[in-house]
Amino acid sequence: MPGLLGKKIGMTSIFSEDGQLIPVTVVEAGPCTVYGVRTKEKDGYEALQLGFGEKKEKHVNKAQLKNCKDKGLKYPRVLREFKNFDVTQYNVGDKITVELFSEGDTVKVTGNSKGKGFQGVMKRHGFGGVGGTTHGQKDRLRAPGSIGQSSYPSRVLKGTRMAGRTGNVKTTTRGLKVVKVDPEKNIIFIKGAVPGAVNTILEIKK
Amino acid sequence: MNTLNELVKDQLRTDLPQFNVGDRIRVHVRVIEGDKERIQPFEGDVISIKGGGINKTFTVRKISSGVGVERIFPYNSPKIAKIDVVREGKVRRAKLYYLRNLSGKAARIKSKNIR
Repeated sequence: MPGLLGKKIGMTSIFSEDGQLIPVTVVEAGPCTVYGVRTKEKDGYEALQLGFGEKKEKHVNKAQLKNCKDKGLKYPRVLREFKNFDVTQYNVGDKITVELFSEGDTVKVTGNSKGKGFQGVMKRHGFGGVGGTTHGQKDRLRAPGSIGQSSYPSRVLKGTRMAGRTGNVKTTTRGLKVVKVDPEKNIIFIKGAVPGAVNTILEIKK
Repeated sequence: MNTLNELVKDQLRTDLPQFNVGDRIRVHVRVIEGDKERIQPFEGDVISIKGGGINKTFTVRKISSGVGVERIFPYNSPKIAKIDVVREGKVRRAKLYYLRNLSGKAARIKSKNIR
C-alpha cells in the first residue's frame, strides 16, 4: 500500500459518465520528493521518506537544513515515511506524482480532523442523553447519566467517557474511491469527505 | 474557491437557453432502457432555481392526471438533452412553493406580456 502526501483543497461535485452527480473532495497530491530510502539491511525495515510542499530556510531546523543541503533538495513542509513501496526502484531525489493512483482505486486518507472545542458527551461519544421530562426531571436532555457506582468502587474509573476537547486528532477514513486523476495539475478527486479543514496535510494510501 | 470552480468548469453547460422562475419549460431527458437510449420530455413550470456553479438545480412542477409531480434537475446534468422555453411567466417571487397549496384556476401563472 504505497501512498502520497497531499493537501485538501475543498469539496465540489462532478458528473459521472452515466450522469450521476458525485460529491468529491479535491486533493492536491504530490509531487512528493524522495528524501530517504530505508532498507532492510541498513534500517531493518523498508520504507520511503517522502517530502511535500515547501518551507522557507528560516523555518527549517539545523538537522533538516544539513540533510537537505547535503542531498541538494528543497526544504519540505512535511516529511513522512511510507511503507510498501518497492524501495529498490527509488533513489533520493526522485519525484513521485499523482499518477501513482488511477481511477477506481480504493484509498484511505489520514489527516487531522477539524477541532470542535469543548463538547458534551452526545457529540463527543455519541451518547443518547438522559432524556425524559417526567418524574420531576428537567434540564437533563444532553446529560451523560451515571458515571459509576457508589460504595464500591466509590470513585470514577479511569478512562470513563466524559465531555472534553473534541476533534483535531489523527483520523483515517477508509474505503474511499478515486473518481478522477488529473496528472497535469497534480490533483485527485476522491468520492466523499476526508478528515480536516481546507489546507490540511493528508496522507493518501492505496 | 476559485481553483475549485476552475476544476469543474469543463463540466458546466452553456448550451441551454436562459429561463427564469415562473416559466413553463419542456425538459428533454435522456432515459436509458436496457441498452437503448430515448428522449422523454417533462413539461411544467419552473418553481425554483437553486445553487450555483456545478451544483445548480431547478425544480419543475406539473400536474399529471390530477396529481402534482415535481422533478429536480441538476442544471449541468449531461442527462438533459435539450430545454425548450414554452412560455415566459410573470411572477413576483423567487420560489413558487405556494403553488403546491393551490389547484385548478388558482394555480395558474400569469404570462409575460410580449410587446
